[in-house]
Amino acid sequence: MDQFLDTFLNWEYIWQVFPDLLKTGLLNTLILAGVSAVIGTVLGMVLAIMGLSTKRWLRWPARVYTDIFRGLPAILTILVIGQGLGTVARDIVGTNPYPLGILALSLIASAYIGEIFRAGIQSVEKGQLEASRALGMTYRSAMVLIVIPQGVRRVLPALVNQFIALVKDSSLVYFLGLLASQRELFRIGQDLAANTGNLSPLVAAGFVYLVITVPLTHLVNYIDKRLRVGKKVAEAPDKDLDLVTSGTVRS
Amino acid sequence: MTSSSVELRDIHVSFGTLEVLHGVSLSVEQGKTACIIGPSGSGKSTLLRVANRLQEPDSGDILLAGESVARTNPDQLRQRVGMVFQHFNLFPHRTVLDNIVLPLRNVRRISKEEAVEVARARLAEVGLADKAPYRPAALSGGQQQRVAIARALAMDPEVMLFDEATSALDPELVKGVLDLMAGLADRGLTLLVVTHEMGFARKVADKVVFMDQGVIVEEGSPEAIFDDPQSPRLKQFLSQVL
Repeated sequence: MDQFLDTFLNWEYIWQVFPDLLKTGLLNTLILAGVSAVIGTVLGMVLAIMGLSTKRWLRWPARVYTDIFRGLPAILTILVIGQGLGTVARDIVGTNPYPLGILALSLIASAYIGEIFRAGIQSVEKGQLEASRALGMTYRSAMVLIVIPQGVRRVLPALVNQFIALVKDSSLVYFLGLLASQRELFRIGQDLAANTGNLSPLVAAGFVYLVITVPLTHLVNYIDKRLRVGKKVAEAPDKDLDLVTSGTVRS
Repeated sequence: MTSSSVELRDIHVSFGTLEVLHGVSLSVEQGKTACIIGPSGSGKSTLLRVANRLQEPDSGDILLAGESVARTNPDQLRQRVGMVFQHFNLFPHRTVLDNIVLPLRNVRRISKEEAVEVARARLAEVGLADKAPYRPAALSGGQQQRVAIARALAMDPEVMLFDEATSALDPELVKGVLDLMAGLADRGLTLLVVTHEMGFARKVADKVVFMDQGVIVEEGSPEAIFDDPQSPRLKQFLSQVL
């Protein structure tokens, strides 16, 4: 039992690794996941709109892109882009693999997010687009102002789930070889674990991951609940704020 | 309120290999009301949707105020031809007021103040001024349909199309919507109405059109259609709905 505790919960190592985890690791993980989330969301929306187009030359590339990046293991994509493009993109990013890691994570995320958006937009009743067009709105206006906002709302929980996956997948960029200052949570835990032959630093890193992901999980549940309640009870004027308190919640 | 005549000439529409409209012609004079009746699947809704080109015809012509609009910009046509749907199709994520303000601003490119003013005036006309800040889901079906009518009217259309506007309503809510439609007819708006409400057709229509299997079988005054039907198919239809 003592040996077990020492292997996983050696406080000395945990105290040793914690400052680095918080100062360097947490920041880098948040940058990697946050920037890829933003780029992935924008690209994902583009892919969704292309995928829903009536024009085959728009639909087809989106389909192929999605199939490829959803079908490959994340680690493979990250290595191929990080190292493969590294030789090509050296003039722009130098030998720094960090931006390429973000790029790879963004491309993977966009494939999943594109599918999430597409499903959401497709779930909006056809009558919404028809009513908008019947009022004289262009296809573009109708999509941007009426259909897409409704579709996106419906898939917010799935979108946040994707952000959670991104936080976890950001650990994979460590394969690209990062400078000491670029290390994210996993790498920092792993480095000390390798040096000491003790797993406690990884446990500490895991704890910090949970600090990020568990609140996100609860955010998913909160949004989900709110969307469902908001639909059932709409007696209060305008502000949804009142809806949350007045509805009964099934969960 | 300015209104215009509308005319459909020799309209053909196919879905795949199935032709659902076999050369249908229909005209409504300025300020008049035409009701289209017939069994489901007869093509009456499709014909209505051709009038604002939500359904593009395979061939045939559409005339608004005597001018062909079959090949001009459809968005401009739709600004002049309002439409009300069976399922209201209000925007659920927007307030009642925004349901009117948003398309008005987007299409007419007018200021927010001006749009809000128009929207409030139209809501007052349909008796729902106090519902402006609510989401559509907080309203009854009848109220939602009246908002949808106000939304279409806010565009200042010359013709209004009604596609089974009361079919999805609870029976006690139907009358309010029909009264509103009759009021529009009285005010001289041109109306093209697909309906199962024979009482409404008899009372309000200047012309009743009976469609079956993609053609107009019989058309005439309400008296001629309801009291003196000629074709066996119309007689049979009336015997089942009256």
